[in-house]
Amino acid sequence: MAEKKQFQKGKMVPVPSVSIIPERDLGKTPVLECSHLGIDFGGLTAVNEFNITVGRTEIAGLIGPNGAGKTTVFNLLTKVYQPTRGTILLDGMDTHGKTPAQINRMGVARTFQNIRLFNNLSVEDNVKIGLHNQERYSMFSGILRLPRYWRQEKAAHERALELLSIFDMQDLADHQAGSLPYGAQRRLEIVRALATNPSLLLLDEPAAGMNPSETAELMENIVKIRDTFQIAIMLIEHDMSLVMGICEGICVLNFGQIIAKGTAEEIQSNPVVIEAYLGKQQ
Amino acid sequence: MKKINKNARSGFLNYGIVTAAFAAIQILLLVQKQVRVTLVSNTLQSLLVPACCYIVMAVSLNLTVGVLGELSLGHAGFMSLGAFSGIVASFLLADAVPFVPLRLALSMVVGAVFGALGGVIVGVPVLRLQGDYLAIVTLAFGQIIKNIIMVLYVGVDGKGFHVALSSDRFNLEPDGTAIIKGPMGAVGVQKLASFTAGFVLILITLLVVQNLVNSRSGRAIMALRDNRIAAESVGINTTKYKLMAFVTSAALAGAAGALFGLNYSSTVAAKFDFNTSILVLVFVVLGGLGSIRGSIIAAALLYVLPELLRQFDIAEYRMLIYAVVLILVMLATNNDRLKALVGRVIPGRKGAAANG
Repeated sequence: MAEKKQFQKGKMVPVPSVSIIPERDLGKTPVLECSHLGIDFGGLTAVNEFNITVGRTEIAGLIGPNGAGKTTVFNLLTKVYQPTRGTILLDGMDTHGKTPAQINRMGVARTFQNIRLFNNLSVEDNVKIGLHNQERYSMFSGILRLPRYWRQEKAAHERALELLSIFDMQDLADHQAGSLPYGAQRRLEIVRALATNPSLLLLDEPAAGMNPSETAELMENIVKIRDTFQIAIMLIEHDMSLVMGICEGICVLNFGQIIAKGTAEEIQSNPVVIEAYLGKQQ
Repeated sequence: MKKINKNARSGFLNYGIVTAAFAAIQILLLVQKQVRVTLVSNTLQSLLVPACCYIVMAVSLNLTVGVLGELSLGHAGFMSLGAFSGIVASFLLADAVPFVPLRLALSMVVGAVFGALGGVIVGVPVLRLQGDYLAIVTLAFGQIIKNIIMVLYVGVDGKGFHVALSSDRFNLEPDGTAIIKGPMGAVGVQKLASFTAGFVLILITLLVVQNLVNSRSGRAIMALRDNRIAAESVGINTTKYKLMAFVTSAALAGAAGALFGLNYSSTVAAKFDFNTSILVLVFVVLGGLGSIRGSIIAAALLYVLPELLRQFDIAEYRMLIYAVVLILVMLATNNDRLKALVGRVIPGRKGAAANG
């Protein structure tokens, strides 16, 4: 199993900023390995021959024009869809036949393109639900309020506030999640995902609907999260300043196929990518 | 942005309300005995235990409908299972446990176990599905239970315990006693139920439901209600927590059924039909989905109201008045102006939590 890092308040672990994707963690198993991954919906091939490796503390970007199949890839990785072809290895372990919940327990957490929070519950409860599998007491200790319940609930409360403090949201703990402003909802989703103690965090358009200054802040926070938690982050984003600014490895998807992989500079100068985004030069 | 009140305080308030109501009625009954003035009529007195049962039914159904967010139309089926298994248990335990409160408690435990069993049997296949399927299957389940008990014969004699599904195959020795006699239901039941037992059962129900909701499991259940896909994405086992809520709800309904059955000398299966399920659902919906206190108050008032109207001259209009009250309550609780008014009068009430 991968070593799981506990989040410690105020402790930032500096990460050596080495090269990109597979070369990064040579000698260690990468956190995610996809080979020949693909899915068909009826006769339509949505994703095909998707091969990618994400290192243990990598920030990887997945970009591509609308409808390229980026979110489908995330849904495949989290088993919302079962892949038609190919394998996904998490920490070197096969994920064949696993449910989304099991995938989360294996260390993959995600956010959603269209925000999916527990809208009727408080912000704190949303984070505590993320902590669900780290709290260990049965239904009966909960009902009978045994000492185990009080101990673990206290720990969960403290941990939830600690996690919320990443985005300075601890003051919002008692607010209803559904009533938060849009940006705060996006941040809460990230906090909830982090609460599940993942080794790979998938962010689906984290900067959607944010203004440039919010995006800049988000960029800092994504790097901060990677450094603090020592996890890999893979993100889908249309905001190129964000992707080019923080992603160490970028993968470009078009019509369900990977058309380019590489660093920001390589991608920006790749003629195939430019063609996919802007069309062929006359 | 809306703030959410802390749940713990409102939970204690619910215990307080129930205890205060119990104490008030007990005092009235005591005073009535001393001064021989009718403060609590006989009709009302006879309604106390069933009212307790319906409060438990409403609170437990709220766990399925309000907290889990799945529509169940067969709650009376679990009540029925609890009632008849509780009656049989109390009969079998008559000699072994002469102490009545203990026998009643054991019978209610048996009722709860059978209710839970029914919950598992219905829940395991159905809760994997989504949407209206649960409502359809629970509706059918309620009818199936009713029809099975209609033809169920249970009795004891010198040779032991007999169960049959038709009167022909029910060959009881002449010295034996039939406990459940098919369409005639359970007859000759020793009335063990008391108002105090009902009160204790309500407290236990509140303890179970409120503590469950405010624990790790309860949060998982509410997460499933709010967003199933997101709940799965944070590692929550959908089937397990759906089943947990559903079975807990069924077990409490079973206990309430046992108390209900032991309050009358005879009980027929037809008592626990589709109308009873809908009646309880009405309590839950009018009290507010997810609101425990709402369920308690709605069940108490709406159960007692039509029965009390019986004694007036307007007896034939009582169901009409009942319907009008239902409509008025619905209009009032959905009126924004009224809500705003309440918010101004009681500070902090404006953004009241859905979990009160």
